[in-house]
Amino acid sequence: MSAVLFYIFALLTAGSALLVVISRNIVRTAVALLFTLIGVAGLYFLLNAEFLAAAQLVVYVGGTLILIIFGVMLTSKSPFSRFEPKFAEVMLAVVIAAVLFWALCLAYLDARPAFAANALSYSAGYPVGQLGVELLGDYLIPFELISLLLLVVMIGAAYLAKGRRHTADEPEPKS
Amino acid sequence: MPTFFEQLIFGHLPGTLATVIYDLILCGGVFLPAVSMLAMFSIWWERKVAGHIQSRLGPNRVGPIGLLQSVADGVKLLLKEDLCPRDADPILFRLAPYLVFAPVFAAFLALPFGPDMTFEPRLNVGVFWILAILSVEVMGIILAGWASNNKWSIYGAMREAAQMVSYEVPLGIAILIGIMTAGTLNLVRLGWLQSGGLHTWLIFRNPFAFLAFGVYFVAGLASNKRAPFDLPESESELVAGFHTEYSGLRFSFFFFAEYASMFVVSGIQTSLFLGGWNDPLGLIGLLYPRFHAAFAADPSLGAALPLVLLNLVAVGIFILKCLAIVFVQMWIRWTLPRPRIDQVLYACIKVLLPMACVLLLGGALWQLFVPEMPGIPWLDYQPWHVTTWTSDGASRLAASITQVLLALIGLSIFTAVLVWIGYAFVTGRGTPQRLTDPDEIPELAANP
Repeated sequence: MSAVLFYIFALLTAGSALLVVISRNIVRTAVALLFTLIGVAGLYFLLNAEFLAAAQLVVYVGGTLILIIFGVMLTSKSPFSRFEPKFAEVMLAVVIAAVLFWALCLAYLDARPAFAANALSYSAGYPVGQLGVELLGDYLIPFELISLLLLVVMIGAAYLAKGRRHTADEPEPKS
Repeated sequence: MPTFFEQLIFGHLPGTLATVIYDLILCGGVFLPAVSMLAMFSIWWERKVAGHIQSRLGPNRVGPIGLLQSVADGVKLLLKEDLCPRDADPILFRLAPYLVFAPVFAAFLALPFGPDMTFEPRLNVGVFWILAILSVEVMGIILAGWASNNKWSIYGAMREAAQMVSYEVPLGIAILIGIMTAGTLNLVRLGWLQSGGLHTWLIFRNPFAFLAFGVYFVAGLASNKRAPFDLPESESELVAGFHTEYSGLRFSFFFFAEYASMFVVSGIQTSLFLGGWNDPLGLIGLLYPRFHAAFAADPSLGAALPLVLLNLVAVGIFILKCLAIVFVQMWIRWTLPRPRIDQVLYACIKVLLPMACVLLLGGALWQLFVPEMPGIPWLDYQPWHVTTWTSDGASRLAASITQVLLALIGLSIFTAVLVWIGYAFVTGRGTPQRLTDPDEIPELAANP
């Protein structure tokens, strides 16, 4: 049964990922990406990684994707703005994708024996508490570094959003 | 571990095919009708509450006290033409209502209606899962506004995006305070942690959880787009916001999703802060283990019956608590005016967010310095037998005194609100009814 579900989710992921590439309409691309992310979350669920699945939805769907659409809404001139990629851009994308695919294949072939050995070790599901203990124990320094990075980004964004200060000789623009 | 109902039906942990059939029947035969009924009931109730607040009667023609009004409206919406504007993006326009409704329905699957009345009690990340799934719902609303190709709709969608992204933060932090007090994300486990009577409900565990309850309520209102935070569909400026262009069945999906998500948000609030399915005396927490032990010793229908009944009572209590919170949301909607969008965002980022952060810090320190009795009351220790467990240290005594004090404060606030509503009802009965027939108005009748 989980095999059937796996194929359904895999098909959803792959099919909508293909749509992301093919579609010329930016918002439709974002919606196809939504289904890709949901498919990947479903795969995580099948692997008993519930926390990862929920985190995938919160971070990518609830955060990143909404920001993408928000950006499109604020910047595009017409509601149905389209991509018109040049030939050189397409070729560059193809080369990068091929290299990435080759690297993933190599990594998979390399790690296959390890996968086979560990396949059943997480079948009981991850205890979420263990995740927190690991994050604040063994991986404390990377965790804190990431939070520091996010803080810097936030301060930077707030500074940029604040805009230029108006001096006394330069009148404030009337809105 | 098989759940009780799986044990009752299959006798053991069912095979995969049986699980799939069981889940499908549960989803289609129990959850979908139940969610629809709840949404329809809430719609009727909202109109009734609005009516009484505005000194009207509300729907009162279809069925007894207008109860079937929602059914009649549903039939009307089914028969309406399903319009798609010419300049809209047809695929996205048609897709958006499903993207709004499906996540809300999926969120229902994680709500703990009773000790065994949860779709998947083994889901270890219940609270987080509901939060995640509700963030998918926003996507549908933004899409609806965008695909309509209508300026009002796009304004509504943009407000929704801004509002959701900012209010998700205090909402999540408020939930985190409750989670930190409980130490688990599993909603069923959360229910058991609060099964020892009123003072063990998470809201009364420490003063910070008590205040976080308020923060969660406000942020939940905003994330549901309920008034006074209904900027995405503010009808006085944006026609109907993101669903301006929708009609018929697709409009009803948005309508259903709004009321269902109100229920989901109150459901998290109930199961996280207000004790879930537990009654204030902790009787369910006391009786359930006994009944369960009897059933485990003798798995017959006779031993299963009390468990089933107890579960049904628990579902009743859970729904009652949720509806009480939904009622407060309606009450606020028909009482408060709507602020501007910048005021709404100001309230989130400069008021709610710092408040939530301070509460989070306070809650963490509280957990550090005033630890409570570990384990589940009634199951691991008797909460009323103080002598057996206060000798462990002064901090536990402080924790339990705080719990009782907060419970008393909460109880008195609750009683005061009940008395207030009762007073309004009693005095409202006495006011003279508005007259519409000119012949019956004394001033007009005297001077024709």
